[in-house]
Amino acid sequence: MPDLAIADLHAAYAGRTVLGGVSLNVASGDVVGMIGPSGSGKSTLLRVLVGLLPPVSGLVTLDGATVDYRRKADVRALRDRLAIVFQQYNLFQNMTALENVMVAPVRIRGRPRTEVRAEAIDLLSRVGLSERMNAYPDQLSGGQQQRVAIARALALKPEILLLDEVTSALDPELVGDVLDVIRGLAAAGMTMLIVSHEMSFIRDVASRVVMMADGSIVEEGRPAEFFREPQTERARAFVGRIRWHRD
Amino acid sequence: MPHGVIEQIPRFLTWYNAAFLLRAASFTLALSAVGSVVGILAGGAIAVLRRTRGWALAPLRGLGTLYVELFRRIPFLVTLLLVFYATQLGGYDMPLFAIGAIAVSLISTAYLAEIVRAGLASVHPNQWHSAAVANFSFMQTLRLVVIPQAWSVVLPPAFGFFIMFLKDTALASQVGVVELTYAGKTLNNRGFAPVLTFGAVLLLYFAMSYPLTLLGRRLEVLVARPRHR
Amino acid sequence: MTYTLQFGQVTRYLPFLAEGGLISLALAFLAFAGGMVLGLLGAMGRTFGPRAVQRGVQAYVVFFTNTPQLVQIYFLFFVLPEAGILLSPFQAVLLGMTLNAGAYLTEIQRAGFATVPRGELDAAETLGMSLTQSVRLVILPHVVKTLYAPLSNQYIIMVLGTSMAAVFGVEELTGRAFSVNAETFRSVEVFSIVGAMYIVLTLIATLALSVVGRLMFRVRMPTL
Repeated sequence: MPDLAIADLHAAYAGRTVLGGVSLNVASGDVVGMIGPSGSGKSTLLRVLVGLLPPVSGLVTLDGATVDYRRKADVRALRDRLAIVFQQYNLFQNMTALENVMVAPVRIRGRPRTEVRAEAIDLLSRVGLSERMNAYPDQLSGGQQQRVAIARALALKPEILLLDEVTSALDPELVGDVLDVIRGLAAAGMTMLIVSHEMSFIRDVASRVVMMADGSIVEEGRPAEFFREPQTERARAFVGRIRWHRD
Repeated sequence: MPHGVIEQIPRFLTWYNAAFLLRAASFTLALSAVGSVVGILAGGAIAVLRRTRGWALAPLRGLGTLYVELFRRIPFLVTLLLVFYATQLGGYDMPLFAIGAIAVSLISTAYLAEIVRAGLASVHPNQWHSAAVANFSFMQTLRLVVIPQAWSVVLPPAFGFFIMFLKDTALASQVGVVELTYAGKTLNNRGFAPVLTFGAVLLLYFAMSYPLTLLGRRLEVLVARPRHR
Repeated sequence: MTYTLQFGQVTRYLPFLAEGGLISLALAFLAFAGGMVLGLLGAMGRTFGPRAVQRGVQAYVVFFTNTPQLVQIYFLFFVLPEAGILLSPFQAVLLGMTLNAGAYLTEIQRAGFATVPRGELDAAETLGMSLTQSVRLVILPHVVKTLYAPLSNQYIIMVLGTSMAAVFGVEELTGRAFSVNAETFRSVEVFSIVGAMYIVLTLIATLALSVVGRLMFRVRMPTL
């Protein structure tokens, strides 16, 4: 049984349809790579899933239970199980890296501070930042901030992790460290929905590729096959324009 | 300079007059301080109210907005007289200082609500999003994330406002609150030359306002500095 | 003891009060215009003048912005006659408001001078503009555009400030409210109507200023 099922999801922003009937299943352990041109609705889908943009219609179920986005309790319960990392990191500017990781488990979930602190330090060292844990966001590079943001999301022990173009805002030389962290998570069996423009990374790390265009899914498949022989015209045109990095 | 002023100086500069003026100046300070404290609390509450979502609070939000927009367009003197006459209607004998304090607070609440609103707006929306997806409640987001970032934006103009009210409360003399300007008028009525009485009052206002202005400027530099140095 | 609000007795004074509102606007306008001239001189003296002039302007600004306008007017009102200068209440208030406005407007205009971008002046020079041309075509439009909103704001503050003229017996809006109050003894009604009239007055002034700004200077301001 799939962990997360999305059926015929519609969403609109500022009077414009941005999702026009998206259906997608994410099973436990899946790493779904979402690709497609800018404005195709990939990021919007993630925002709808975490309840930042209410859907117009459609069904989202988590382990078979329907999520009603109009009900606060449903959204809260959902957010206890999903975590998202944003393109712009969005770290709390008034807190150190360590505080950013600790604040939600301690203050929102009420877990004991010492226990959370140990976990947080462990998470920060896993993303390679144990030496910078007392730095404020404006003292960290973009790549470092993004790794803190990933640690912050993991501290919530999510069942599914959503990553929204987490390397798009980074200088090219900082991308590698962030991608390495995500590779590590995939290898550890984390269920993830990854929106990214890093095609070679998606090809390597995803168990499934989903391509979106104009607010709907145009094709999905296994990465090796998808990138070798895309089935649809849109996907062929898109894949044809990819310039593969040598990695 | 008109004759007689020089001769008056020794008679003017007595301990009694000095104490009278200084005591009045302390009431000016107190009036301004009360206004600022009430203003930051009540104005802050209105600013926070205006950030809420949902239908239930919509009427209150509207009232808050109306209050802020209207009370910034009424002269302090008119508010003061309204409070003065309105409290008399009920027939209570309200102390004049309380009348002055209520009037100052009514106006300062409107102005400070605007200052706090701007402070809250200076915090990037993505901070709210980050908090929301980690299940922070509205109040938790404010307390843990937004207010710690907004206060350095709010403090300098709020302090400037406090200094502004130090001067604007001069109008409270018109309903008989014995603050600094009223004291000056009293001494003037006792026959001292206006150059001395109002001159002394001007100097005392300056002695309160100018150091605070300089302090405010330092404060601005201080809070504008990044946290980590 | 209960008191019922009766606006009826006051409403027949509305035209009288409205006229007072126009006097308020005019008083504010005159003081603003005088203050702009003082402020321009002050800002130029402070920016380009010799050291002594800079100090003098600075002292003027610091003194007038750190003392209450009301007491400044009291001082003029009582001291000038002793020195043999007789002014009507209106003249005394106008003089006080102008001097006060001059100090604030010096600060605002000085800030405006400081924002003219160096690059635009260089560009004007390379294009072969003369000094008067670059003042007219580059500096002034820039200063107007950056200063329009703060100056408009200052004018609204001054409209509200004119109410203190009533203290000296000037028959502007608040002064006329005093008269109506003395005749009707309907104090709460009178001053709530007058409060509402100030709201309308400043709303009209804000609206007019933002329309003028948009049409003449292409400045966009928040309308409320």
